[in-house]
Amino acid sequence: MRRRSFFQAAGATVAASTLLLAGCGDDTTVEPALPPTTLSLGKGEIGVANYAYLLEQLEAAFYQKVLDSPPSDFLAGELASFTELRDHEVIHREFFKQLLGTSAIPTLEFNFSSITFTTRAGVLAAARTFEDLGVAAYNGAGKLLSTKATLVLVGKIASVEARHAAFIRDLLQADPFADAVETTGAFAGLGRTLTPAQVIEAAAKFFPYTILVSDLPTA
Amino acid sequence: MNIFRIIEQLSEVDADTLGRFDSRRAVFKTLGSTAKRGALAAAPVFVASLFQKAYGQTAKPTVVEVLNYAQTLELLEEDFYKKMVAAGQIPTGAPKAAIDLILKHESAHVKLLDATIKALGGTPVTGIKFKTSAFPADYATQLVVAQALEDTGVRAYKGQAGNLMGAMAGTTNLLQVALQIHSVEARHAAHIRGMRQQTAWIQAADSSLPAPLGPAYTGAIRESNVVQSNVNITNQLANPYSANDAAASFDEVLTMAEVTDASRAGGLIGA
Repeated sequence: MRRRSFFQAAGATVAASTLLLAGCGDDTTVEPALPPTTLSLGKGEIGVANYAYLLEQLEAAFYQKVLDSPPSDFLAGELASFTELRDHEVIHREFFKQLLGTSAIPTLEFNFSSITFTTRAGVLAAARTFEDLGVAAYNGAGKLLSTKATLVLVGKIASVEARHAAFIRDLLQADPFADAVETTGAFAGLGRTLTPAQVIEAAAKFFPYTILVSDLPTA
Repeated sequence: MNIFRIIEQLSEVDADTLGRFDSRRAVFKTLGSTAKRGALAAAPVFVASLFQKAYGQTAKPTVVEVLNYAQTLELLEEDFYKKMVAAGQIPTGAPKAAIDLILKHESAHVKLLDATIKALGGTPVTGIKFKTSAFPADYATQLVVAQALEDTGVRAYKGQAGNLMGAMAGTTNLLQVALQIHSVEARHAAHIRGMRQQTAWIQAADSSLPAPLGPAYTGAIRESNVVQSNVNITNQLANPYSANDAAASFDEVLTMAEVTDASRAGGLIGA
């Protein structure tokens, strides 16, 4: 991995869709700038790495919120497992952040209001959604990368996400592979894959900004 | 130093020596121009780079070679699970359902790879069987072998991703297909590990387990590795992390040579 290539390329940008220019009056008071409403992940490999960084931020924040106030009906051992899951996702997040350097998107605050954190069922259902989404996202992101080193790095993380997804499904005592693996057609036996646009749409309700993937490579 | 004598001697042990250089004429021409520039002092460096170019990197396998390598592993897994089902020791209920489904996936992978290799004009490998003498008599050990096969499969696919960049079969992106299979193998591995009361992810200590598990987690880059892209995950990120978390957060690659070695999948192929 040539880290310098990450640092040198143009970074992602946060842009306010409504630009508020402070009036230049005689007084020295400056209007506070509006919070940004759109977030571009950037171009090329930086953009794809920021896409992964965004998803790892989302997962890490989710697991941290679970650990901050675990559901009372967690079974024995599950708190320990969720602590490991949190640690893995935080490591992924911090690794991408360091790799991206000044090109990294900012740290986001997510909207988890749709998740029931007070019950085991609510937490597991959300965890399954996040992990399956992450796996499908990584499956679709590999071909968008331009260097082998980055591809291998992303692959090292992708299979760990698939392990997480299978683990959560096992906790749910659900079919460990249903809706994650194609069952019919020419691509039977393949794990589901999603494009960045599909993933961002599926997770839109969790994001504080409109996430722009338009600059990402498409093939 | 007599470069021509060296190349001649190499040719005696490696018939392909001259083929590894651009061409005999190119070698001579480059040598000549180097000499003309009076760069005699730089000759050892030049010679070193010449051999580095010829021998330093192993040739990148063709797409069909990569797919046939994948097919070898899929056939091995498929035959293993067929033998496991035939042995009849899998408890009914969830365990039997899981193994049946995993076998179905492996058969689907075999079918897909077979069709893809043919579409690319290649000849799919056939007749790969799990060595009968290596098949465990008891269910618990059968699961151990299943875990070794699945975790090895994950590492094998990851190791070939770079060789499939840009590879297409018609409109199908083969890197994406390989990554999709890679994720399914990882789901299999996690589930089998769960059936054995192991964590779904690979612990640092797994690299020290006895065969067949231990070798599945060793290699040039062991699964206990904590350094990614020159960053030591335990102490070079914003906060420190345990070696176990650092190792489990990243799965590692195996090369083709490592996977096909007798200590790993290669030793399980037979009659």
